[in-house]
Amino acid sequence: MPAITFIHPDGKSEHVETSGGESVMQAATRHGLDGILAECGGNAMCATCHVYVDESWLARLPAVAGDEDALLDGTAAERLPNSRLSCQINITPELDGLVLKLPERQV
Amino acid sequence: MTASGTPASTGPASVPHLDVDPFDMAFFADPYPTHQRLREAGPVVYLDRWNVYGVARYAEVHAVLNDPATFCSSRGVGLSDFKKETPWRPPSLILEADPPAHTRTRAVLSKVLSPTVMKQVRDRFAAAAEERVDALLDQRSFDAITDLAEAYPLSIFPDALGLKPEGREHLIPYASVVFNAFGPPNELRQQAIARSSPHQAYVAEQCQRDNLAPGGFGACIHAQADAGAITATEAPLLVRSLLSAGLDTTVNGIGAAVYCLARFPEQWQRLRDDLTLARNAFEEAVRFESPVQTFFRTTTREVELSGATIGEGEKVLMFLAAANRDPRRWDQPDSYDITRRTSGHVGFGSGIHMCVGQLVARLEGEVMLTALARRIARIEITGEPKRRFNNTLRGLDSLPVTITPA
Ligand code: HEM
Ligand code: FES
Repeated sequence: MPAITFIHPDGKSEHVETSGGESVMQAATRHGLDGILAECGGNAMCATCHVYVDESWLARLPAVAGDEDALLDGTAAERLPNSRLSCQINITPELDGLVLKLPERQV
Repeated sequence: MTASGTPASTGPASVPHLDVDPFDMAFFADPYPTHQRLREAGPVVYLDRWNVYGVARYAEVHAVLNDPATFCSSRGVGLSDFKKETPWRPPSLILEADPPAHTRTRAVLSKVLSPTVMKQVRDRFAAAAEERVDALLDQRSFDAITDLAEAYPLSIFPDALGLKPEGREHLIPYASVVFNAFGPPNELRQQAIARSSPHQAYVAEQCQRDNLAPGGFGACIHAQADAGAITATEAPLLVRSLLSAGLDTTVNGIGAAVYCLARFPEQWQRLRDDLTLARNAFEEAVRFESPVQTFFRTTTREVELSGATIGEGEKVLMFLAAANRDPRRWDQPDSYDITRRTSGHVGFGSGIHMCVGQLVARLEGEVMLTALARRIARIEITGEPKRRFNNTLRGLDSLPVTITPA
């Protein structure tokens, strides 16, 4: 199963094994990862599952949809060109090894 | 756990039939044993009292919420089926609509209540919370419902909408009618509707463009009509959605949080030790008390749900509150734990209709609990809490407390 590495703001990294058919947000919350709140439970309504995608992976992710784009404008930490909402990234085998940085804050 | 076998003519035999009335006073006084009975009877049950299907486990409630094509909202999210009965008021353009109509109106309210907008109102909401605590510290002993859970949202939300100062006393009574009207034709619903006309007249008037101050949520909705996203006749009805759903819900949400924190002093202490827990303390109260207890859907076709076959045109009652305490989903569901991972609870619903005002509610809850916990050492309940009865909303009518300053 694909694994994801999350890098906390203090530089510590955390490895998360994912299972099929879930989003990055779901894998992270199931794992008990601190730093992703996901207040709306993955409905693309809260912007508290914000992540920064490692540059080398950016092009390999599906494009940002309209509602995700609008929500990203409201993230608590600064929106950067590599900002994504982790509930909108579905895990596929090609994403094995994905590296995501966590923002300083989600609210 | 009696699941009485009623003849198949009043509902499918394969589904357990229960004789409970989830809209009567005895149930409202203590819904938890019945919630458990509903969950344990089966994934899908049939309630003979009102001839509806019911789902009370997390998995089925979540599944129904997330299949709007099969479990629609346009035939009403109360017991009344709009295909068979005339709605008591013109239907909501968002709550009681299905895609694609819903998609359009939803986009408008999502924009008006977006995270970006919340950043703009945050300081104002926080300052008002501090002012409320100033007043409460002067009082020391007060009613935590009237003087806190109602007074705080009333001090910010009508202004945020841009409402005139006159007539605001109609707001909570109007919302109470709206939420009673989702219920069955019992005394609560009939009386609420019978007395609703002055409140309806007030609300209809306030939704008009001229009555909404520039810069408020209401004016922003009307501005969306200029932008072509909705028509000028739709705008007032969308403003109405905020008047219906934006105030009494947060009154009950904040009331729930204060009631929890007053009842569980160790959680209050944890919050005082770490104020960053305020937002989750509010969220956990929404899970634990579920201020919005239930909503209905109507099936658009015959469907199989967890082994039960439900015909077309059937009403399905979703017990959000029971799902939020389903032991299949939650560890120690009956304990209020402000450090719990609350993500996934259905207190705000789930799927396309998930509460469009959830960010407003969380902001109010967070800043209010932060202000309270920073400046108050203890909250003691000093009298018998009194319950307020409503077909959909769960909350208190009065909660006498005494506070000790920090
Ligand atoms: C603690 C406070 C609140 C709770 C527990 C709550 C609960 C809910 C729930 C459960 C739904 C889903 C309805 C369904 O699936 O049929 C909903 C929808 C909705 N809520 Fe809230 N709500 C709260 C606060 C607010 C606020 C503050 C506003 C407005 C500012 C609001 C406006 C709405 C609207 C317009 C909808 C309909 C959304 C749609 O159908 O797409 N609510 N709410
Ligand atoms: S979990 Fe709310 S936007 Fe991703």
